[in-house]
Amino acid sequence: MSTTKKIAGAALAAAIGVTTLSACGGGDAKDKPAGASDAPKSKTVTLVSHDSFNVTDTVLKEFEQQSGYTVKVLKSGDAGAALNQEILTKGSPRGDVFFGVDNTLLSRALDNGIFTPYEAKGLGEVKPEYVLDKEHRVTPVDSGDICVNYDKQYFADKKLAPPQTLDDLIKPEYKNLLVTENAATSSPGLGFLLASVGKYGEDGWKDYWSKLKANGVEVVDGWEQAYNERFSGSAGGKKAKGDRPLVVSYASSPPVEVLYGEPKPAEAPTGVSTGTCFRQVEFAGLLKGAKNEEGGKALLDFLVSKKFQEDMPLQMFVNPVVKDAKLPELFTQHGVVIEKPENVAPQTIAKNRDQWVKAWSSLVVK
Amino acid sequence: MAVPLVFFGLFFAYPVAAIVGRGLKTQDGWQFGRIGEVLTQPDIADVLWFTTWQALASTVLTLVIALPGAYVFARFEFPGKQLLRAVVTVPFVLPTVVVGTAFLALVGRGGLLDEVWGVRLDTTVWAILLAHVFFNYAVIVRTVGGLWAQLDPRQEEAARVLGAGRFAAWRRVTLPALAPSVAAASLMVFLFTFSSFGVVQILGGPAYSTLEVEVYRQTAQLLDLPTAAVLTLVQFAAVGMILAVHAWTVRKRETALRLVDPGRTAHPPRGWAQRSLLGGVLLTVALLIVAPLAVLVERSLDAPGGYGFGFYRALQDAGAGGGTFLVPPLEAIWNSLQYALAATAIALLIGGLAAAALTRRAGRFVRGFDALLMLPLGVSAVTVGFGFLITLDEPPLDLRTSWILVPLAQALVGVPFVVRTMLPVLRAVDARLREAAAVLGASPLRAWREVDLPLVRRALLIAAGFAFAVSLGEFGATVFIARPDRPTLPVAVARLLGRAGEMNYGQAMALSTILMLVCAVSLLVLERLRPDKTSGEF
Repeated sequence: MSTTKKIAGAALAAAIGVTTLSACGGGDAKDKPAGASDAPKSKTVTLVSHDSFNVTDTVLKEFEQQSGYTVKVLKSGDAGAALNQEILTKGSPRGDVFFGVDNTLLSRALDNGIFTPYEAKGLGEVKPEYVLDKEHRVTPVDSGDICVNYDKQYFADKKLAPPQTLDDLIKPEYKNLLVTENAATSSPGLGFLLASVGKYGEDGWKDYWSKLKANGVEVVDGWEQAYNERFSGSAGGKKAKGDRPLVVSYASSPPVEVLYGEPKPAEAPTGVSTGTCFRQVEFAGLLKGAKNEEGGKALLDFLVSKKFQEDMPLQMFVNPVVKDAKLPELFTQHGVVIEKPENVAPQTIAKNRDQWVKAWSSLVVK
Repeated sequence: MAVPLVFFGLFFAYPVAAIVGRGLKTQDGWQFGRIGEVLTQPDIADVLWFTTWQALASTVLTLVIALPGAYVFARFEFPGKQLLRAVVTVPFVLPTVVVGTAFLALVGRGGLLDEVWGVRLDTTVWAILLAHVFFNYAVIVRTVGGLWAQLDPRQEEAARVLGAGRFAAWRRVTLPALAPSVAAASLMVFLFTFSSFGVVQILGGPAYSTLEVEVYRQTAQLLDLPTAAVLTLVQFAAVGMILAVHAWTVRKRETALRLVDPGRTAHPPRGWAQRSLLGGVLLTVALLIVAPLAVLVERSLDAPGGYGFGFYRALQDAGAGGGTFLVPPLEAIWNSLQYALAATAIALLIGGLAAAALTRRAGRFVRGFDALLMLPLGVSAVTVGFGFLITLDEPPLDLRTSWILVPLAQALVGVPFVVRTMLPVLRAVDARLREAAAVLGASPLRAWREVDLPLVRRALLIAAGFAFAVSLGEFGATVFIARPDRPTLPVAVARLLGRAGEMNYGQAMALSTILMLVCAVSLLVLERLRPDKTSGEF
């Protein structure tokens, strides 16, 4: 019984070895010896990420063909949960590379020491302001802005100018218009809280939120509810008769509304209040204890390659971090560039995050 | 008994103990002081209080609304009954995000109630309670109704012939027979509402929080394992207490029942009283269950440029999700069915063995085992999921990236249903029948096959239906485990809802509708599968 199993296993391993070998094609034989027994192990590289990770199939295939590795992707939950799982499995990771730790959680990842330093090839092309870890335990991959979105139709009908800054949001003419997410459970919710910290400082943000609360801000638990249910400008919100024309979402949400409109509208139905933004930067890193370090390094190189960077915007709706990566037309036409997002240093966030969220909850939710 | 014990030890007790231990143990040894620290925080006390009273209220409300339904489904014959029984089970499998949405469309702002009477429930606890009834109606109808249909009405009639009034006869004869299954069903409803997650999150907003929501937040978001561990222990304690109460009530009431074929007990409603009871139940079901589901279907068909199947067509296309899926979302149906079938098989095997063991033996040890089997219902999915991660990480049990983990996790939640549905029936089997069989020379296996099996076949199918539905709809544990190339239906819905844009929203609604249909059809098929069609009730 067990011998037959072993034989079957060896046959399977050999078969996989053969197929991966044939998949690499000629010419491209990398330094690995083509031993059938260790082929499945060293030829597969596993990327662990959160639910939002995406890449165009052909782009990934191209990487697989050039590098000779087969990429396996594991997605597990939202960004916070995915990172926490990596911290729990430290030393015995499920994969080789983790993608999806952002600047609000960066210190947690670094303090727990889950990454092995590696300076990715092509890091020189990455805009220097995103390289937040000088030891290169993490590599920046994308950036995105969390901003208030507005329903263009609503403000046109009311002949009212949409709010542009955080200060605008506490003005009486925008009373009872904004819906945001719970900062304790939702990353845009947290981002918006951090935007206010960035703008009004560690002492002033509470005062701002008191005013925002007095001005009728509504808090729901997650982005899905805020955006698809309560916001009057989104496709989902229209169906659900949402009546809040302001929502905390992403700067890339208007292009997404265009892309998935049916038929595609000539102009995005929603806009972005450019003075309300917090910039998120997402990183990837080589996991300590990775079974396939070489493959992991190649994968990190790939994540900052121009090919992947230019594919990313339409897959994950974020911005490239590489200097000369071209944005798709959809973004240049319907998106906005946020010149001055609010920012808070990762160390400051790490030190205060839990306490801020707690204070925020008792101030706004309770 | 060994098989279920090993199964639970390996896939439940060990992972959960490991993650709780990780939270409470530091280099300086166990930190039991943390327990007091956490419990005395006013926030946590609020959470505990809210969790308990809303669960009690939900359970009572569900019983009040669903017991007449159980009676009607058990005793009356009416067209479309089988279909309707499948329909009331559908809420059970739907992702709470989706149902919460549909529910809000009825009771929330601009909803049906709002437009007709100006009543809005979306910011009140009533929305949570009603949604809990919506989700758990089937638990009462299927477990209580399942047994009720098999009670011989002639016993009650005999009591009335002997001079008992209608109510006295019911109270003396039917109620004691039903009590164990009512208790079992209420317990399930209580457990479900006590560990309510999605409903409270969506309908309650951030102001209301249950223990389960708090455990999730502490584990998945804050990685505050000590607090999560303490809260998990509190859930254990609460579930333990509920089970103790339950065991006590059941032991007081348990009697051997005369079970008959349900086909013989049901009849078309007679007289205005029965007709209006039937009408009332049908109206309740229509308003409370069918209406929210209808909203969902309506939204899935509300495609751009008029009603149609546009969103459904888009599901066949892998590119439609903008790469959200490596495969067309439609393939999620097939994935879900495979996982759910595997999970149902595991749950029936483990649960069936456990139930059989529990009927045969008595004593404190067995009662403890009984409680252990129920614990997965009271433990949050995130605790189990994270526990898997830190325990099943070494060969031969490095299952963290294996597909088998999904059905295993789903079966954990299915087993308690199997046990709870089968136990009252198994216990009610007159032991003398088995003894008689044994005296006549039958082996224990043969006695089981000839005596128990025919009697429990129906319970087994009800149990299978539950296990299947639970697996189909399971999201909490699956989301941590499901492989991206093989998402289940609820995972696929969640991915679609996580993005802006009309096509994504519409596809999420379409996929939810499909999930609903798959569930209803599967349950119908399951009920049709009953081996002896001739004596069936339809």
